[in-house]
Amino acid sequence: MNENILELKKISKSFSGVEVLHEVSFSLRPGEVHALLGENGAGKSTLMKIITGVHHPDGGEILLNGMPVHFGDTRESQQAGIAAIYQELSLFPDLDVAENIFIGRQPVTLGGRIDWRKLYTEADKLLASLGVHLELKQKARNLSIAQQQMVEIARAFSINARVLIMDEPTSSLTLKEAADLFRLVRRLKDDGAAIIFISHRLEELFELSDRVTVLRDGAYVDTRPVKDVTRDDLIRMMVGRTITDMFPKQDVQAGKVVLQVDHLTREGSFRDISFELRQGEILGMAGLIGAGRTNVARSLFGVELPTSGTIRLDGREIRITSPQQAIGLGLAYVPEDRQLHGLIPPMNITTNIGLPMLQVYSRRGWLRDKVERSAAFNAARQMEVRANNIWQNARELSGGNQQKVVLAKWLSTKPRILILDEPTRGIDVGTKAAVHALMSKLASEGLAILLISSELPEVLGMSDRIIVMHEGYMTGHFTRAEATQEKIISAATQAVGTGIAS
Amino acid sequence: MTIQNAPATRSTFTNLLWTIARFREAGISLFILILMVAVTLRAPSFLTVDNFEDILLNISILVIVALAQTMVIITHGIDLSVSSMIGLVAMMVAFVVKQNPETPGLLAVLMGMAVGSVLGIFNGLIITYGNVPPIIATLGTLTIYRGMVFYYSQGTWINSFELPANFKLLSKGTPLGLPNMVIIAILVASLVYYFLNHTRTGRDIFAVGSNPEAAQYAGIRSQRIIFLVYLISGVLSGLAAVLWVSRFESAQTNTALGFELQTVAASVVGGVSISGGMGTIPGVLLGALLLGIIQNSLTLIRISPFWQLAAQGLLILVAVISDRWILSRVERTKL
Repeated sequence: MNENILELKKISKSFSGVEVLHEVSFSLRPGEVHALLGENGAGKSTLMKIITGVHHPDGGEILLNGMPVHFGDTRESQQAGIAAIYQELSLFPDLDVAENIFIGRQPVTLGGRIDWRKLYTEADKLLASLGVHLELKQKARNLSIAQQQMVEIARAFSINARVLIMDEPTSSLTLKEAADLFRLVRRLKDDGAAIIFISHRLEELFELSDRVTVLRDGAYVDTRPVKDVTRDDLIRMMVGRTITDMFPKQDVQAGKVVLQVDHLTREGSFRDISFELRQGEILGMAGLIGAGRTNVARSLFGVELPTSGTIRLDGREIRITSPQQAIGLGLAYVPEDRQLHGLIPPMNITTNIGLPMLQVYSRRGWLRDKVERSAAFNAARQMEVRANNIWQNARELSGGNQQKVVLAKWLSTKPRILILDEPTRGIDVGTKAAVHALMSKLASEGLAILLISSELPEVLGMSDRIIVMHEGYMTGHFTRAEATQEKIISAATQAVGTGIAS
Repeated sequence: MTIQNAPATRSTFTNLLWTIARFREAGISLFILILMVAVTLRAPSFLTVDNFEDILLNISILVIVALAQTMVIITHGIDLSVSSMIGLVAMMVAFVVKQNPETPGLLAVLMGMAVGSVLGIFNGLIITYGNVPPIIATLGTLTIYRGMVFYYSQGTWINSFELPANFKLLSKGTPLGLPNMVIIAILVASLVYYFLNHTRTGRDIFAVGSNPEAAQYAGIRSQRIIFLVYLISGVLSGLAAVLWVSRFESAQTNTALGFELQTVAASVVGGVSISGGMGTIPGVLLGALLLGIIQNSLTLIRISPFWQLAAQGLLILVAVISDRWILSRVERTKL
């Protein structure tokens, strides 16, 4: 007798050679809420997409009601009674609310004609039972984020699934809306449905779930009944590793304040952010993906404009409205996505490095390529970029060397404040250590560095001080001595009174 | 879970934009009316039953192919090869009819659609299996199919006297009061309208163009849908080709050359969004009508054909720019 409705056995999955799941096992019983927990990149979302047939496992087995199954796509998993709310909002902006709920499963008459009247009645009934009030004929494009989330939830409920997967369903809901959602989840559970619940809000897990499974770096850690674990247990299971001595941060006497941010707010992204940054200091910025850290960085660099609050540079209040202005003021921003924002892959190394300084390298509108070339050559040599020559195209370089080119580019602007957004994501260990050593050296030379990183050991190892953001708010501020992984995770996952998306 | 509907405050200007965005057809209809009044003032012969029958006859083929193009564009694709498919099918059908003057009209039509479907399937395979962006794939077949016209015909043309009279009447005969061709166009428009708005597959076409990733999550087989629209495009181009030979009583190596741009123009002028996910059949019909009226009236008020092309091009630009602009305004009011 098999009491599991769904069972995953030793599931493995790699994307372009990188293993994101390694022999992960997971089981789900009818009538339970099973929480899945792990840091960013632990493999939760990939595991869910394997269950729904979006991705296909490289190894392992999926059993549904004891029978091995293989879902070619989400249609097949839906027909088997598995519904999912994905982390990314996945509505059709050009279709209306009711059709978004029933897309692909619209009620049809015998002749195959869509029964629009029935579709709207059903949608109306469903939304009423969920306690949601939405205009059914409204296009999804015109809904707020929270409303879109509600439509997704309604869609998942409309499938009458025996297995319901919810990947961060509450991330854009207010506490009140989340509470209503939980009421529904409990009702489903009482009806015997099995629910997989992914959330970074630990309070929710304790409130809602029966068992919890923890993943770390794509590997299975443990499954426990929720009543037997504490918050601290879970955090320890999630973090797991110990900090190695990879982070050579030199102690530098911090100089005077160069950047002071007060109550900086951008509606819909972040609210009330205040901090100061000194010469020779590395200020770490921790938090989960989507906490608004990148938005703060982009606001400092003039890409997004803050709606209120002040930015002071050397004590003088300034308004930064464009990246050009920010560069002129001595700011440099190494963005999160190298391919998208950091580099122009089809261009060569010299051109890439020279981009922000074209005006300086030019005279009367003509680029003096000798100046550009020698500047690029020096910057590339200083960064130890490994390439055949400085005419090689950026796209031919390894991830680590690409990142070095981006750093060389920004260092050639001689910045006073350097903002690094996930500077070591996806690059090899050796280059990573080199980037860390460089950061330390730059700080010792008096550069002020703002380091955004989702990798806790990096933030802890490199920063003089750490601020933590959660859902657009600043939820923690620690000195190097005070900070621990547990404290930071706790601050990065704590529930805030009101969501900012409302 | 009470969530307030619609943003509470909106400026009157935004409201106006909303109204335009929602009733795009109203905007075009107005434009058409203004144009008609203006033309009639200069050339009174414009506003006659005969002239209008002429316009309808002229746009029938455009309507049929523009409807297919619309379905393709809704999936965020484009089919540039329609003109060459028409050219190739036209040449082949004309040869067959010339050799066998007794060929029934219906058989010729079915034959054209069958050949068209093969060409459409080839496009669909390159785009789905070959994973080639539609604009490049169909740019390639645009040239290939046109090249095949030359190969097939060895450069010769088929002229009016070589075609049987029955066949020439296929498009222009009026047993039902209106020319057959106009009736066929109306029939195709009705079918496409029903298909797009009242069947699951039709709605999937919108879904795939609106948000491809979400379509995958929702269990829609996007590749099949994309394949299907290029297949339909081939079939309808085949139908259009037979009507083309019958109406113009010839098949030439340059038949329908450049016609693909008119079908794209009719679609986007009719409010079909080039980014996919959006478009209505009444809009496309009005778009085709507008192009037809412009062509007709520019001739009537004796403007050189060179200007006609320029006017058409200008119209496409205005339509696309206003489309983007309205969309961006609508999106900005979302939060």
